[in-house]
Amino acid sequence: MSSQVRFTDFKSDKQPTWCPGCGDFGTMNGMMKALAETGNDPDNTFVVAGIGCSGKIGTYMHSYAIHGVHGRALPVGAGVKMANPDLEVMVAGGDGDGYSIGAGHFVHAVRRNVDMSYVVMDNRIYGLTKGQASPTSREDFETSTTPEGPQQPPVNPLALALASGATFIAQSFSSDALRHQEIVQKAIEHDGFGFVNVFSPCVTFNDVDTYDYFRDSLVDLQETDYDPTDREAAKEKVLDADKEYMGVLYQDEESQSYEQTHGLDSDMSDIDHDGAPEDAMDLVREFY
Amino acid sequence: MPADFNWAIGGEAGDGIDSTGKIFAQALSRAGRHVFTSKDFASRIRGGYTAYKVRTSTEKVRSVVDRLDVLVALTPRTIEENMDELHDGSVIIYDGDRTTMADVDIPENMVDLDVPLKALAEDAGGAIMRNVVALGAACEATSFDIEHLDSSLKKRFGDKGQAIVENNKQAARLGQEYVQENYPDADLDYELETTDNDYVLLNGDEAIGMGAIAAGCKYYAGYPITPATDVMTYLKGRIEHFGGHVVQAEDELAAINLALGAARAGARSMTATSGPGIDLMTETFGLVATSETPLVIVDVMRSGPSTGMPTKQEQGDLNMLLYGGHGEIPRFVLAPTTVNECFWKTVEAFNLAEKYQTPVYLAADLAMAVTEQTFEPEAFDMDAVEIDRGKVVDEDTIEDHQTESGGFKPHEITDDGVSPRAFPGTAGGAHMSTGLEHDEQGRRTEDTEMRVKQVDKRNRKVETAKEREDFSPREFGDPDADNLIVTWGSNEGTLVEALEYLDDDDVDVRILSCPYIFPRADLTEEFEAADQVVVVECNATGQFADVVEHDTLQRVKRINKYDGVQFKADELANDIKETLAGEGQEVEA
Repeated sequence: MSSQVRFTDFKSDKQPTWCPGCGDFGTMNGMMKALAETGNDPDNTFVVAGIGCSGKIGTYMHSYAIHGVHGRALPVGAGVKMANPDLEVMVAGGDGDGYSIGAGHFVHAVRRNVDMSYVVMDNRIYGLTKGQASPTSREDFETSTTPEGPQQPPVNPLALALASGATFIAQSFSSDALRHQEIVQKAIEHDGFGFVNVFSPCVTFNDVDTYDYFRDSLVDLQETDYDPTDREAAKEKVLDADKEYMGVLYQDEESQSYEQTHGLDSDMSDIDHDGAPEDAMDLVREFY
Repeated sequence: MPADFNWAIGGEAGDGIDSTGKIFAQALSRAGRHVFTSKDFASRIRGGYTAYKVRTSTEKVRSVVDRLDVLVALTPRTIEENMDELHDGSVIIYDGDRTTMADVDIPENMVDLDVPLKALAEDAGGAIMRNVVALGAACEATSFDIEHLDSSLKKRFGDKGQAIVENNKQAARLGQEYVQENYPDADLDYELETTDNDYVLLNGDEAIGMGAIAAGCKYYAGYPITPATDVMTYLKGRIEHFGGHVVQAEDELAAINLALGAARAGARSMTATSGPGIDLMTETFGLVATSETPLVIVDVMRSGPSTGMPTKQEQGDLNMLLYGGHGEIPRFVLAPTTVNECFWKTVEAFNLAEKYQTPVYLAADLAMAVTEQTFEPEAFDMDAVEIDRGKVVDEDTIEDHQTESGGFKPHEITDDGVSPRAFPGTAGGAHMSTGLEHDEQGRRTEDTEMRVKQVDKRNRKVETAKEREDFSPREFGDPDADNLIVTWGSNEGTLVEALEYLDDDDVDVRILSCPYIFPRADLTEEFEAADQVVVVECNATGQFADVVEHDTLQRVKRINKYDGVQFKADELANDIKETLAGEGQEVEA
């Protein structure tokens, strides 16, 4: 890949309509920088986005892209990658998109381990529908649809991923630009499904999970002697009710992507014949 | 009527009814006889009644009939269920040693062949072969050379080793010999002639899978559902040989989205499901259409709504396929009319999808999907398959479809409504695809003028297709007849056979069988030329009849069957006679 690719090549000429101060700006910048830094360019990159504020990302980035239906971005991304393993596939979504309507697909995407990265912009609220509880909202978080709080525990995406057999689990924070970019880069470089939950604050509707909150409370695992290849340690961290962590929580270094396991290595857009494949009559003979 | 012969094996699900039936059907096909099979099955894995029926003739057979000449009954219920179809001289083969069969009462006008199936199977090497013993007995009852059975036993058990094949051959011979020795005076009138022809025997689901591979389909994602699962089963293990891949998704929502992703990446891509799955896929269907992604979606219809009768026939999804989804969505809806057409319409579906960058629904139905039929191998002539990928641009031609600043226009406004397509990886082609209304570059817009332009552009593809493609119905019967019978889907074969019954009663009809539901041929002239028009379909409300009434502004009569069973030729001929005489359940203006 060309070394001249700059992250701005991944920017489209559309101006984001996110609220001023939205965490998604930082999340997207980190994604673009990580893509450029890992040697990709817009023509070999495929970005899949879901619905909601996070779903707009495909419009603001310049690459091959699709804006899927609500919650279904992961299977679309897997289909793209299986059909053309030469492409760099990145799926982006929000906490509602990924952990509510798309929770089933999340579990199975983790199991499938297609070599793509999945960046979830987690702001713990529904922003685009103007402030309802999301699956990661706190139990007592008061919103228009949950005036007394959801009164049910939030989804723990990291634990869900680990339990489903994830080979790469990370968490980052949109305003810590450098660390965020590094973490997404590691997800891209991982041979398999690289899952990154990004705290991407909603400045309009969420006054609890704010920049200040994350800045003060997040523990950066890089600053500890944490070993991300230790699955037992990862269990402890993802189930820790008292602290939230930034960095790679788990990486299986032996990970074999779906494409490797299934021997997918060709670009399926190629049909090198104008009619049926040469030995197709064998298919008919089988029915004698 | 061809001198046809009807055979069945019935018992409980789990008794190996299907595989035994298929072995016999294959033996007949390899002996140069035409075969038409049908299945009577319940939605359960074990227990309950299930039967595999084989109709065979030296001439082409196209439907089921109400007649059974030889029945292998593994349970008393098998006899009860088929009593109406048994007749004077029907042969019933059963194992009187089986506890449940000990007291069965074979009517005196029928031939009673009590064969110790299990005991003979054990002699040959294992009780599991008792059905094969019955096949040997059936060969004797029909003077059918048992060597034809050998080759299909080899096909069925070859993978398990020569010893297993030999044991099975032996089991069949023990059955044959038992009948010879113990029923030397039995009235076994049947004699199945053989010919030198070689036929292939396959069902609609298999033909769809084969058509997909022939058409260059490389990617299939699906979720198991009766009666569409055989498409996936067929493709798995075969498509890989042609560079393709099959994914069993977590649900139908994932299946269509996986298929959409692969299609966006440039692969010829397909999913198959049945009605309930189509419901789940419908939201994404809108995205497929709006993003102008070529995709083939197969609906093997079964009896609905909701879970309905999953193992029974119906053509009730037509409205769903035509109108399903919010907003207005251009689409193609094709409905193959025979097992062979399942192959060709699948090939055509891929070409239409890519030429017009539109989703294509392929509507098959249970009666066709699980029905095996024999064909000359040339009916699947692979040399006749053509692949047309439509307007794909590459790095050299992409410049003609870029804005001044170099942005690619995947939704370029064109006269024919079809825009250029760039596969990901093509330099200069990076673009956004979305279900949001968009401009020529695929970028979201709410601009009123662009909205109208894009809607018109997408709809224009349908007009273009009408000009360029042939959507004519298939025609049978007397072209000059005053009575016009119109149908779609798997009823064609039954109607063609019903012609002979109608002919016996001097009722002349012209038949139009419509494989194109949308876009479709304009039948106004045909309707105006006819005295009476009758639309035949397997649903309660006459969904296709509604559509053609709307097209032609003319009322039609209707014959609707929705009891879960496909039409039978003689029954349908009677319905037609009654309806034409004004006695049917027609709806008149």
